[in-house]
Amino acid sequence: MSATAATLDPETSRWLRALCADGAERESGYARLHARLLRTVYGELHRRGAHSRIAGPELEDLAHEAAADALVSIRRRLPEFRGESRFTTWAYKFAIFEVSAKLGRHYRRAQPVSLDAEEWDRLPGNFNLDPARQNEWRELVAALREAVDTSLSEHQRRVFAAIVLNAVPLDALVQELGTNRNAIYKTLYDVRRKLRARLAADGHLTGDE
Amino acid sequence: MNELERFLTTDPQDSLCGQTMEILHVFVEETDAAALHPGVAAHLESCPPCAEDCEGLRAAVRDD
Repeated sequence: MSATAATLDPETSRWLRALCADGAERESGYARLHARLLRTVYGELHRRGAHSRIAGPELEDLAHEAAADALVSIRRRLPEFRGESRFTTWAYKFAIFEVSAKLGRHYRRAQPVSLDAEEWDRLPGNFNLDPARQNEWRELVAALREAVDTSLSEHQRRVFAAIVLNAVPLDALVQELGTNRNAIYKTLYDVRRKLRARLAADGHLTGDE
Repeated sequence: MNELERFLTTDPQDSLCGQTMEILHVFVEETDAAALHPGVAAHLESCPPCAEDCEGLRAAVRDD
């Protein structure tokens, strides 16, 4: 790693000494780190309410797999650690990312992702549009639908339908399309800009972002 | 502005997921994180998965 010992807090220094040592000391360090990652994964699964959606043994498998995969990422990326945060903060980040990825995979397995259906009826509910004030948003939704039909590429339309209409979690769509979160988010970002520009050009919204 | 209009509003400062994920560990430790990393702050406002990860990392650090 490129951080100098002088800039590191004592605990971070201890972690790095252990993980950069030889043989048994290093493996002992990684074993301790794995235990911390597993605890972090369980804590995060609990915080996200996963216990109510995933059965015990499956949840245990998911947790152990997430901790193991986080450890693999940390081993691979340890040379990139620059001491900009405590070591454990940097390491726990990988555990949190793995929880997101594993929950996305679980959602996709439990509830197959449809990329073709466009459930427009769900849109008002997904955006908490008040049915009693339908006269205020009905025209905007109709214009949005036309803009989706005429302005988006096939890929953009599928991502829009999955996330915005069908409420598929972004990380589940990542798994379904075999891509990464940034790619899906960027597609959706471009979709939002494109649709707003179109709706503004047609007088349904202002053009300001 | 209703939630649909907010969804259609993008922030040109938005750092997207890649850059946000890259520095999330730094972001959660800084006391003035939003001012130091406005692009990340803008992204967390409009990306629920990254916002969830940020909350999770804050909780993990707090409970450590």
